[in-house]
Amino acid sequence: MYRSNVLVCGGTGCTSSNSEKIIEALKEEIAKNGLEQEVNVVRTGCFGLCALGPIMIVYPEGSFYSRVTVEDIPEIVEEHLLKGRIVKRLLYQETVAEDRIKSLNETDFYAKQRRTALRNCGVINPENIDEYIAMDGYAALGKVLTEMTPKDVIDVITASGLRGRGGAGFPTGRKWSFAAANQADQKYVCCNADEGDPGAFMDRSVLEGDPHVVLEAMAIAGYAIGASQGYIYVRAEYPIAVKRLQIAIDQAHEYGLLGDNIFNSGFSFDIELRLGAGAFVCGEETALMTSIEGKRGEPRPRPPFPAVKGLFGKPTILNNVETWANVPQIILKGAEWFSSMGTEKSKGTKVFALGGKIKHTGLVEVPMGTTLREIVEEIGGGVPNGHTFKAAQTGGPSGGCIPAEHFDIPIDYDNLLAIGSMMGSGGLIVMDDTTCMVDIAKFFLEFTVDESCGKCTPCRVGTKRLYEILDKITKGNGTMEDLDRLERLCYYIKDNALCGLGQTAPNPVLSTLRYFRDEYIAHVVDKKCPAGVCKALLNYHIDPDKCRGCTLCARNCPVGAISGTVKQPHVIDTAKCIKCGACMEKCKFGAIEKK
Amino acid sequence: MKSLAELKAIKEKMQSQVGLRTESSADVRVLVGMATCGIAAGARPVLNTFAEETAKHHLNVLVTQTGCIGMCQYEPVVEVYDADGTKTTYVKMTAEKAARVVSDHLINGNVVTEFTLGAN
Repeated sequence: MYRSNVLVCGGTGCTSSNSEKIIEALKEEIAKNGLEQEVNVVRTGCFGLCALGPIMIVYPEGSFYSRVTVEDIPEIVEEHLLKGRIVKRLLYQETVAEDRIKSLNETDFYAKQRRTALRNCGVINPENIDEYIAMDGYAALGKVLTEMTPKDVIDVITASGLRGRGGAGFPTGRKWSFAAANQADQKYVCCNADEGDPGAFMDRSVLEGDPHVVLEAMAIAGYAIGASQGYIYVRAEYPIAVKRLQIAIDQAHEYGLLGDNIFNSGFSFDIELRLGAGAFVCGEETALMTSIEGKRGEPRPRPPFPAVKGLFGKPTILNNVETWANVPQIILKGAEWFSSMGTEKSKGTKVFALGGKIKHTGLVEVPMGTTLREIVEEIGGGVPNGHTFKAAQTGGPSGGCIPAEHFDIPIDYDNLLAIGSMMGSGGLIVMDDTTCMVDIAKFFLEFTVDESCGKCTPCRVGTKRLYEILDKITKGNGTMEDLDRLERLCYYIKDNALCGLGQTAPNPVLSTLRYFRDEYIAHVVDKKCPAGVCKALLNYHIDPDKCRGCTLCARNCPVGAISGTVKQPHVIDTAKCIKCGACMEKCKFGAIEKK
Repeated sequence: MKSLAELKAIKEKMQSQVGLRTESSADVRVLVGMATCGIAAGARPVLNTFAEETAKHHLNVLVTQTGCIGMCQYEPVVEVYDADGTKTTYVKMTAEKAARVVSDHLINGNVVTEFTLGAN
């Protein structure tokens, strides 16, 4: 029996900021003070506030320590764990009020969140099945196998309004009912954990923080559609997730929660891992299944849809990690509980990975219908360093931008599509006035050019041509005809590409053209980059009134482009200048400007 | 594992461990003085007994530590705040006395007068 629990984040974010060392030091100090029998150290999954990692919470007090270092540990153990004096100085300062210490749920970052899919992340030890069971784990599977028919299960999921969290938003219950209706000697259940959008890490956090929820949900789906085998396709670049999934599968086997005749119901289900090598296209469902089959990960035309002919030619359902994470709770708490959250057509919550120009980089889960303003300004803490919000990018390379004018739009599947973006898997990159929208479109196109599998021409050649036109514009060589050509090519690719990768690849271009056409025109007509990003359109100048002639810039210029004598204003030779920005960084008087 | 009963047994066994990990909604708080004076006088077994006993009886009670309240000769000192805010101060506590406070005061609502500051 422990009187206190110390939860230390063992997600990828905090692990890379040294949480492993902190756990070691913590255990050492606790042993030194003879508290091993009283204080339990738990390595958990992600708490979400990655910007403040490594993170540590001490219960029962609920004290939230942020940016903990190994040097802080002796003090925390001796003061807090032994003597009960919370080390205020090391707490997350937002929880420190004048007269008291606020609950974490009162802070801006957590107040508006509703952690549903992430409910166990940062709470349980993901490598201990007993802790998952303590949080009602595997109770949904038990309920399904002992009290419900497969049809009941599908009815509940359908009634809940759950839609695919991978991005497209297809109703999960309908997908399952298609696969259930098809007769076959073998069916499959797959989990898409090939999270590939740059900056997105929702699925990784669920797998690292609560791996059993995915196993339980897949077994429930197996029962619902009549499948006995499941596969989790997970990126090899997620080593912590892979390790914890394997531990979870082994533990579930040991307990008989996977394997033959689960709960004496006659139902058998097994799950295997398949590691992806990191090709973006393998997140597309047909390519993913082709890859599981051991072939080159390339998509194939649909129909036939996977529910008819999927993995190894058998009826298959494929759902995303976050979708799975919602399933057991829907079974236990009922369809109405789930559908009470969210908007009319998008039920439940959505996890977003906040990144880019935002104060609280991290993972947040909010009810559908929360506005972008609430996510960026209230939860995310707004744009730092006094810059202004320009746009948010959702859906990664398949999505688009939401400009400031749509800041108050309630975020759900349909609203985002209507304004030319998409929900996507949940990456949300915030951009400020120093971001060039043409450059962003070019960045995403560079990504899709790299990741296009090459099977169909519209995607293989089309994205390359798109990239070339964008490159031309950012170099100041674009014409107004290029803008029309860009748009035409976008629609052509959308209509003709084989799979989702190609069909959505033009979205970053189309949405920036739609909302930031004036920026494109500035590049083409005025040969200027308003955000000051595109190097070819920039020139560095020294303001002679501000320059004190300290020579610092001249000494730091790697190409010797700056000349001048001491205490006299210096001059940049724009012909020699490579626009590296080193001089601007070094200048103490703000005398160097780019325009 | 072949039955729901076995699953439930694991859940109950683990409850006391993970139950500590949410923001406490408890109305009743037990504060054990754990400054140097408290520890020296034997506050740790008292704290642990409170934690164990409240978990065993599934009581919605927050057991936590506090610092020195200045009556070092009476340590270990334990303060119990009831739901209505009434404070009871128990002094010169031991593990056995702690178990009595849990059963008499926390479960049945009867203050154990003989252990309180007034009686000592």
